[in-house]
Amino acid sequence: MSDNAAPLGQIHLKPSPMRDALARLRRDSEYIAIPLLALLISAAAFSLFLLAVGKSPLDFFELVHRGGFGSAFSIQNTLQRAAPLILTALAVAIPARIGLVIIGGEGALVIGGFTSAAIAIPMIDHAPPMLTLIIMALAGALTGGIWIGLAGLLRHARGVNETISSLLLTYIGIAVMNFFVEGALRDLTNPNKPSTKPLGDAYMVGKIPGTDVHWGFAAGILIAIFLHVLMTRTTFGFAARVTGGNPRAAMAQGLPVGKLIVICCALAGACAGLAGFFEVAAIQGRANASIAAGYGFTGILVSFLARHNPIAIIVVAIMFGGIVASGGLVQRRMDLPDATVLVLQGMTFVILLVSETLYGRFAFFRDDAGRDRT
Amino acid sequence: MNDSLVTTVLIALLGGALRVSTPFMFVALGECLTEKSGRVNLGLEGTLVLGAVSAYATSYHSGSPWLGVLAAGCAGASLGAIHGFVCKLPRVNDIAIGIAMMLFGTGIAFFFGKAYIQPTAPRLESISLGDWTGNLKLATALQINPLLIVGVVTAFVLWWAFANTRWGLLVRMSGDSAPAARAMGVSVDLVRFLATVAGGFLAGVGGAFLSLYYPGSWNQGLSSGQGLMAVALVIFARWNPLRCVAAALLFGATGAIGPALQSVGVTQGYYFFNAAPYILTLLIMVASAGSQKAARDVPGELSITK
Repeated sequence: MSDNAAPLGQIHLKPSPMRDALARLRRDSEYIAIPLLALLISAAAFSLFLLAVGKSPLDFFELVHRGGFGSAFSIQNTLQRAAPLILTALAVAIPARIGLVIIGGEGALVIGGFTSAAIAIPMIDHAPPMLTLIIMALAGALTGGIWIGLAGLLRHARGVNETISSLLLTYIGIAVMNFFVEGALRDLTNPNKPSTKPLGDAYMVGKIPGTDVHWGFAAGILIAIFLHVLMTRTTFGFAARVTGGNPRAAMAQGLPVGKLIVICCALAGACAGLAGFFEVAAIQGRANASIAAGYGFTGILVSFLARHNPIAIIVVAIMFGGIVASGGLVQRRMDLPDATVLVLQGMTFVILLVSETLYGRFAFFRDDAGRDRT
Repeated sequence: MNDSLVTTVLIALLGGALRVSTPFMFVALGECLTEKSGRVNLGLEGTLVLGAVSAYATSYHSGSPWLGVLAAGCAGASLGAIHGFVCKLPRVNDIAIGIAMMLFGTGIAFFFGKAYIQPTAPRLESISLGDWTGNLKLATALQINPLLIVGVVTAFVLWWAFANTRWGLLVRMSGDSAPAARAMGVSVDLVRFLATVAGGFLAGVGGAFLSLYYPGSWNQGLSSGQGLMAVALVIFARWNPLRCVAAALLFGATGAIGPALQSVGVTQGYYFFNAAPYILTLLIMVASAGSQKAARDVPGELSITK
């Protein structure tokens, strides 16, 4: 599991800044080159798949380009969809740093989005919008944090596998939302789709000035940067990474392993919960089954492609935001089922993980093999 | 609640256990076999869905549901083969690959399944075991699907084979101690590959049950986590095929709580009871993960319980 985390800086005996920097650049470029190679192979494999079902791969990539990045409108649409992806990918990346594979981002997103919609109901028309939104965001982050934090707690206290438990919690989260949305909190004036009461325009998250992109995108970037600093530049982050590298050594050092695990999971859940808040307060305007749109699952792939690096996650999330955004256009123009994007994601994920086996196999990326090592 | 209501609910639970448990059983048996060899396949959820659509399509085109069952098994075996092959490469994480295969299998199934949402395919016939009771409800509950019998027989065969055959020994040895198996001249990779393929086959057959017997049609919401729950169930069953059957029946009954209560007029928490199997799985994992018995029975090479 820890294989997926970027390695800690290696120890160098001979301090020679220039050569050191070059060697490091060369070594680090492996972590960009191999995922890129995996992406290229995935594109080729997916092209073969499209050819096999009688569709043109060129049309496909042209449409993805046009639908995701071709115009100012499509770029804004892409960024809009990248926002939840950044947050759900962070929900995978932070636990990955401490050695856990959490795949329950979807559940934290749903339960966070639902709670923020539910807590807003008594406040609409009574409390000022700004205050309402802040409370909604806090409620979403808090429930999301509890949701994934629970998976972390069970992992630490009872040794329950966090991958399975977090996915089970996803199904439970969706069932809890359905229970309320179909029952106690159902908006009876809306006969079409069981939903909570709409927030109303005054209580929605606004757009970033000059664009059509909601503030969730900016929030995602800021949180990604914050978490990157937290994980690489603070004692907490260092302790978490030590635990991810070797839990026993961390325990022997007296690090509070359990606390670190639960906090990392809770942070992860808070990110996904915030994604749910933005889906409710910026896109849907109410909580219903539409918020379980699969962002949590795409976020897993985004995080793995970014090698669980929060800054890289921003870039990869925008790329996948484009693929998701162009999904509708591709389906209509090429008469492909909506699962096409899922096939592409699945293929990319498998090929990406297979590419892990390539690390360390190319001499080019090694720095003067053996000489700098202790 | 008076007596007759309780009986109705209990009969509905029994019926539910017999009806709904089969996919749990097959996936759990498949995962049991794979985990016994020391490898985890978390992707069986995808295998289940792909099995379901393969079975439905084959049954629709050929007119034979049993051919559909075979096709489902083969589809599952091919996903298992990919998983088995990939996991054998160095530095590849079997848990992560499982997640990826879950997405991939589901994607492929939904992609090719779109054409089969409308048409009706021939389904598997049920076998009536309860006609002698003279009780209509009980007779309905005891309508057994043939795959349930196949599943129970498979469980007994696996249980016997693990303990009494050379193949069973090889699988257990690869799972308990790879160095020991290598020292005996056994190719651990090959054993695990075959165990993953066979496990995929069984999980695929479980998918055939979903589309060809109950609910008996194909749509995208056919499986919601059954494959994953079955994986969790293997830990609870402590890697024993017979206990897998018992656990699957328990799960079937839990899944039937909602509909059973609804049949006697309790509709209050219907959506909440939908969550019951997941909550039960979680509780079971909490109870069994840290237990001493599980720690004793776990295959030594398994990464999922560490």
